[in-house]
Amino acid sequence: MRSCDILILGAGVNGLACATRLAKAGRSVLVLEAAATPGGGAGEVEFHPGFRAPALAHLTQGLDPRVARALPVAFHPALTTALQGGITVKGGAASVDAAAWSALHARLSRFAQALAPFRQMPPPIPGAGNAWSRLVRPLLGLRGLGQAELRELMRLILINVHDVGEDELSSDALRGLLSFDATLGAWLGPRSPNSLILYLDRLARGADPLLPVGGMGALAQSLAKGAEAAGVTLRCNARVARVVVADGRARGVVLDSGEEIAAKTVVSALNPRTTFHQLIGARHLDAGFHRRIGHIRMRGGAAKAHLALSGLPALADPKARLVIAPSSTAVENAFNPVKYGQVPDRPVMEVLLPSAHDSGMAPAGAHVLSAIVQSAPHAPRDPVAARAAMLENSLAVLEENIPGLRSLILHAEILMPQDIEARFGLIGGNWHHGELAVEQMLFNRPLHGADRYATPVPGLWLAGAGAHPGGGINGAAGWNAAEALLEAKG
Amino acid sequence: MSAQTHFKTPLRPSPFHPRTAPLNRLNRWGPWAGQLNALCFGDVDMEYTAIRNAASVYDLCAMVKYRVTGREAAEYLNRLTLRDAGKLAVGGVHYTAWCDDAGKLLDDGTLFRHGPQDYLICCQERHLPWLLDSAQGFDVAVREVTEEIAALSLQGPCSASVLAAAGFDVWGLKPFRMAEFAFQGGSLTISRTGFTGDLGYELWLTPDLALPFWDHLMQAGAPWGIRPIGSDALDLARIEAGFIITNMDFIPAHQALREDRPRSPLEMGLGWMIDWDKGQFTGRAALAAEQARGSDWALVGLDIPGNVSAEGSILYHDKKHEVGMITAAAWSPALKASVALAQVQARHAGGANLWVEIYALRELQYVKLMLPVQVVPRPFFNPPRKRATPPARV
Repeated sequence: MRSCDILILGAGVNGLACATRLAKAGRSVLVLEAAATPGGGAGEVEFHPGFRAPALAHLTQGLDPRVARALPVAFHPALTTALQGGITVKGGAASVDAAAWSALHARLSRFAQALAPFRQMPPPIPGAGNAWSRLVRPLLGLRGLGQAELRELMRLILINVHDVGEDELSSDALRGLLSFDATLGAWLGPRSPNSLILYLDRLARGADPLLPVGGMGALAQSLAKGAEAAGVTLRCNARVARVVVADGRARGVVLDSGEEIAAKTVVSALNPRTTFHQLIGARHLDAGFHRRIGHIRMRGGAAKAHLALSGLPALADPKARLVIAPSSTAVENAFNPVKYGQVPDRPVMEVLLPSAHDSGMAPAGAHVLSAIVQSAPHAPRDPVAARAAMLENSLAVLEENIPGLRSLILHAEILMPQDIEARFGLIGGNWHHGELAVEQMLFNRPLHGADRYATPVPGLWLAGAGAHPGGGINGAAGWNAAEALLEAKG
Repeated sequence: MSAQTHFKTPLRPSPFHPRTAPLNRLNRWGPWAGQLNALCFGDVDMEYTAIRNAASVYDLCAMVKYRVTGREAAEYLNRLTLRDAGKLAVGGVHYTAWCDDAGKLLDDGTLFRHGPQDYLICCQERHLPWLLDSAQGFDVAVREVTEEIAALSLQGPCSASVLAAAGFDVWGLKPFRMAEFAFQGGSLTISRTGFTGDLGYELWLTPDLALPFWDHLMQAGAPWGIRPIGSDALDLARIEAGFIITNMDFIPAHQALREDRPRSPLEMGLGWMIDWDKGQFTGRAALAAEQARGSDWALVGLDIPGNVSAEGSILYHDKKHEVGMITAAAWSPALKASVALAQVQARHAGGANLWVEIYALRELQYVKLMLPVQVVPRPFFNPPRKRATPPARV
């Protein structure tokens, strides 16, 4: 039987970030990945002969700064966001309602910067057990906002993003963008309570969406190479069947093939429910904990569309990120049917032409369009019909905004939440391995009792997006987990 | 949809009600788990005397019952409860308890093993949601069968003789074992169990046989003075036996509103149940931590001078500091002593300089008594006949 010091399950961004940090601290680390290539949600797929698309995520708001330092990745310059009617937005600059957008962007960015340090530490918990020295800087940062701004933050932090758009902006297009960006990948609409905090969290990750040079596949490759350079051993095509628990402690894993690998510590960057319900199993857990794992809300509201195009579509700026969300109400209306398992008539979406940035994504002259479409039902009554309807409705909206697009389509596919679950192990198709929502943040992420990366099973740690502070091709959760593990001498 | 009329009878009558109701001369009834249960039929002293000197019959139908069946029934119960259900032999019964994640008691009860993959849990409170949640990940079926089984508790030194007269040979039945008998085309299960600390049996059958069985038993037991008893007399007997009752001697964790009220098995004197060798069970980590750290509370048996019953009284250390409370107390006719069960802060479990303040109500005036108490072992009353096999023929 093979054995190693630390075994990490899942070579996604968080798994690789965690592995790198541990390897740099001198630990011997083996990462097991079920897929043929590392990357997880940050991979690339050939979805049509000669056409390659980002397998799931197609942009990032930026890697965690600690991860970025350890694992350098080259990015294209920050993308401009194009809205309908020729409106463009980049950072705090917008071509309409400029002063209001700039002021709102500046204020929300300040709040986001004050909150960002909390992403780089285990979540503070009420009561005992905090490392207060670590909390001094973030708390001073909050205090540094000044009394008036701190009060404003307190007013806004649990508010819905729709109201903020109504209050602060006059352009429907900008309100639509604000609402879309806040709720992208979440299971809520802009009028849902607590939706603004998701926008603050997005800004805390980075001001603008970034595209890695060479695409998402290249990002995954860079992270994997960087991890290996740091001393991590990476093994793909190795699906873990279960974690071995003996005498109340995780002691390794058994692969699908039957091979056993022993380890002093097992770190799961997989979904927390998969980890506890499938890999650990009820008989090694307290019944209440097992039940609560089942109650973590994991509903994905985003579908992923890939189009193989025979030529360049009629886009004003092919390199821009196109957001089709005409108003905040349009985003809300797209979300409403999802509550009843239905497909929206007019979905809202984020469109990217990866082939305009990196050749090699498509044959010469041809292009690839990648779109993240909100809101797809995570549990439709008829999954096949829902998938067909979602694709058709998405194409109709796209055609309206990019005239002539349909005539260019060689192949079109859409991944519904259930497909995303099947391909990436993201339960419910939720990007973050558990909805990123205020009631599932900080010490409630993924749940009390496993909120600081350590779990009730000694020797088992969590390092995935299901842990604080969530996912988004960022790596903070994995890095935090490694720090916590090292601190605990785990 | 059929008419929902259950609300018109908020307390369900037991299958034995047509027989017990005319016998209840005081018409003293109380609720037990949604069922109408006799508190006393006529004279609590006579009923207690039947328990200790003759044969008594108590209606057990309201006891909450769950059937656990399936390939992993034993594994499931091992994860749920404190003891090793796998070690319980088929035809055997054991007293057990179960906890939440925090290692706090949810209930205690008896576990009957009817087959390798067939168990029956009998307990005080309802737990179906918890039992079903605990079943996630196990190949078992859990079903509430409370109303599908009628039961009587036949207790007292003459109980074996009564059963023999009724045609059921239980002379060889050892404590915590059960046996099956035919009765009028159906079947009767007799277990040598009870809640009185005396020789006694519990009798289990389907509700359709309840009335003919009652008549048969009462007729067979008449020469021994068999007598139906209510909860008041039973409570007296169980205090003498040192048994605790959920929601009387401790608050189950799922019902406690105040976070410091739940108690662990270690705190309630049930630490002996915990099988540390069987692997994981719900609450294990919390209980191991408590064992390492030391418990906050302890259950103790007390001997109190005088004859004033002390239920609900506060315990003091050095007559000054509150350190506990009496949860059950009685003047014991068998022991001629005032005995009590109490929760006391663990560091005072030794009983040194421990006092009880009793408010004795005497014709609308309280007389305050501050009495020194002595911690004594439980059970207070523990006759050899409880264990003797075969029991004496009387």
